[in-house]
Amino acid sequence: MSENSKNMTIHLKLWKQDGPKSKGAFVSHTVKDVSPDMSFLELIDVVNSEFIKKDKRPVEFDHDCREGICGTCSMVINGEAHGPQKATTTCQLHMRSFCDGDTITVEPFRAKTFRVVRDLVVDRSSFDRIIQKGGFVSVNTGNAQDANNIPISKPDSDRSFSAAACIGCGACVAACKNASASLFVAAKITHLSLLPQGQLEHRQRALNMVDQMDKEGFGACTNTGACSLACPKEISLDSIALMNREYLKSSVKER
Amino acid sequence: MLDAKIPNGPIKSKWEQHRFNCKRVNPANRRKYDILVVGTGLAGASAAASLAEMGYKVKSFCIQDSARRAHSIAAQGGINAAKNYPNDGDSVWNLFYDTVKGGDYRSRESNVYRLSEVSNNIIDQCVAQGVPFAREYGGMLDNRSFGGAQVSRTFYAKGQTGQQLLIGAYQALSRQIGKGNVEMFHRREMLDLVTVDGVARGITTRNLVNGEIESHSGHAVLLCTGGYGNVFYLSTNAMNSNATAAYRCTKKGAYFANPCYTQIHPTCIPVSGEYQSKLTLMSESLRNDGRIWVPKNKGDNRPPLEIPEEERDYYLERIYPSFGNLVPRDVASRQAKFRVDEGRGVGKTGIAVYLDFSDAIARLGKKAVSAKYSNLFEMYEKITGEDPYTVPMKIYPAVHYTMGGLWVDYNLQSTVPGLHVLGEANFSDHGANRLGASALMQGLADGYFVIPYTLGNYIGSSDLPEISTDHEAFKLSRKEVEESLSKLLNIKGEKLVDEYHRDLGAIMWERVGMSRNEEGLKKAITEISALREDFWKNVKISGEGTHLNAELEKAARVADFLELGELMARDALERKESCGGHFREEHQSQDNEAKRDDENFCHVAAWEYTGSKNNPSWSRHTEKLDFESVKLVTRSYK
Repeated sequence: MSENSKNMTIHLKLWKQDGPKSKGAFVSHTVKDVSPDMSFLELIDVVNSEFIKKDKRPVEFDHDCREGICGTCSMVINGEAHGPQKATTTCQLHMRSFCDGDTITVEPFRAKTFRVVRDLVVDRSSFDRIIQKGGFVSVNTGNAQDANNIPISKPDSDRSFSAAACIGCGACVAACKNASASLFVAAKITHLSLLPQGQLEHRQRALNMVDQMDKEGFGACTNTGACSLACPKEISLDSIALMNREYLKSSVKER
Repeated sequence: MLDAKIPNGPIKSKWEQHRFNCKRVNPANRRKYDILVVGTGLAGASAAASLAEMGYKVKSFCIQDSARRAHSIAAQGGINAAKNYPNDGDSVWNLFYDTVKGGDYRSRESNVYRLSEVSNNIIDQCVAQGVPFAREYGGMLDNRSFGGAQVSRTFYAKGQTGQQLLIGAYQALSRQIGKGNVEMFHRREMLDLVTVDGVARGITTRNLVNGEIESHSGHAVLLCTGGYGNVFYLSTNAMNSNATAAYRCTKKGAYFANPCYTQIHPTCIPVSGEYQSKLTLMSESLRNDGRIWVPKNKGDNRPPLEIPEEERDYYLERIYPSFGNLVPRDVASRQAKFRVDEGRGVGKTGIAVYLDFSDAIARLGKKAVSAKYSNLFEMYEKITGEDPYTVPMKIYPAVHYTMGGLWVDYNLQSTVPGLHVLGEANFSDHGANRLGASALMQGLADGYFVIPYTLGNYIGSSDLPEISTDHEAFKLSRKEVEESLSKLLNIKGEKLVDEYHRDLGAIMWERVGMSRNEEGLKKAITEISALREDFWKNVKISGEGTHLNAELEKAARVADFLELGELMARDALERKESCGGHFREEHQSQDNEAKRDDENFCHVAAWEYTGSKNNPSWSRHTEKLDFESVKLVTRSYK
């Protein structure tokens, strides 16, 4: 709603790929009269309407809440996961971040472990499988004590929250030259290991989650920090250090 | 007259007595029962995890690529509980009373009491799971206030409470998937309920990746598929939130209750243009510190900072001195609409009011305000390009939640035996208006603490023979689903799905929105039915049904919205009173407050589908609401 703003012409190069085994390619399309207040995904909506009207097939893309919290959207825009704006998911990126006449390239999150389903849609089920191996506190419904019987210092709680803010989008993997999932896994390990709940299983958790991450075929972490820069929730690189410590200690004590 | 199967006895002991009376299923036998849980939001994930922990064999379904992305994730402000940690006089009774009153005396007392009773268990459970709620420096949990309450009973995790609670439930669910107790089906959409001899025995789903139509057989079906706010096209719901699974159950005998009760949330970012695809909520928690105002004079176009204090009208504080900016949502929304209708709206379009934090920043400092709301302020700035620390936010009401839903009895069972409905998808707890921070509470109450008992009662007292997916009922359901999808694909018309959806939304917002009248509702019914007819002749869907095809998914959902929208208008037309979010212009007091008619409308309206396949019609049933514990009075927040 910036009050005095001029509409723009935007040239798009969009990735289209029929299925995981098909060969993909870019298609070009120009959109006129783009309002700077439009979100990036609303621009893709407009493109798709134009495609369907011309009997061309629309480009499939994942999206849902459009508020930056569900982690569904997954585009690489001009080579950057979620595009140019810091700490922002694709759905919260607005066209005012671009200029009249810009050419924008849109690709899916690319990684061996994120198979392309169709066009810009990828399969991130590997993340779920990592959580299933240990990304939880083993407590059944109905076993809980009064909530205030577990005091937690505010700094610890705040740090835990900051890690728990991960939306599981996979931008960290897409941004990493090794396609490592370290930031995602480390965020969960950090969220849980800073809390007193679930301390009894923290070693096993680190071992199991890291093992599953390796089994899924994610690459190794070489500390470039690209993941943290691309992360829309700004998960700190410190969490990877914490994960590595947990893993190392656990390997000595548990194996 | 519908029987809600409310247990006898005093309200305070109904649930305890009922739990004792419920039939139980022997732990060794539970693994013989397949439970189909549709949806993985707070209600679905918590139910699936809890039932799997107990030993049932659970199959869980979601339309998203991961269970963690269900729309509960977007809930911002918080979750209520009657812990009374702040020592400000809260109690189970107080939460119960506020919720019944907030719902304008159109909810079921017994359900609301149970909800308040288990609210404290929810907080305990979530903390045990590692949900990082906000804390004070002493290490104890912090609370804040929400609308319709004079106590601080809302637990929160910044403006991301829904996310944190859902991640907790998702992790509990993931643990059970890892153990092999839950089989998870992603990117699956339920398109039909399968009944055998009138009993829910399975579902028909579409695999959204390859288009395959699949059957799943089970001993009970739990529908946890959320609300139907997207009938309005523009709402704060996620793009994929839809009513299809729930609405299709009505065609198998489930009654739809109080469809006209929709919640229009007062604080959302206003519409900015034609291309708008959805609206974004700014959490109600902001009303703890933000003050809502418009200029005193019509057409005052000065920038907000140039309008002096004495020329501002803090209208909520003026009209409702005891609750001020924290009146319930329906009241705040209506008052915003009145101000805009008077010509005192602000911004480029004149369809907005200010939500101003300058007093809070002066009183507490920018840092303290940022600690509470930074993620909301950042979101606002990303969307609007304006900094709310220096310029007041512009906000306007938007569709946010639906109190109506499938009718359920005290056991959360619908009118179809075996079909249980949890969370926003059912209707029971919020009456005609939901209080802030109560949706998360209800979703988790249903999933963690109600269904584990009442489902056992159903299974323990029913004869449920094994039924394979080769059964005629499954075959027929698959055939019908396939036919209706191919019918959609073969229309090959001219008009896009989104265009129909937008047209429907415009009718709904104009005539079945914040303020309704007989003439408008009748028009809405005619217009929607004409739009629906045109849809089935002229909709244009690209591609095929054998691959990922978002247009086809949308088309099937919009087809259902085009029927449900009409049902909402019919329900609104029949309810000739104003209550909560349902405001009939013909029924208002002199000072424009909702005027109930307890004599004629102190009941739930539950609609039975009586139409043929493409020619919908409904008949109206009622469930009488008895108020034994709370006296029926005119709701006042003045």
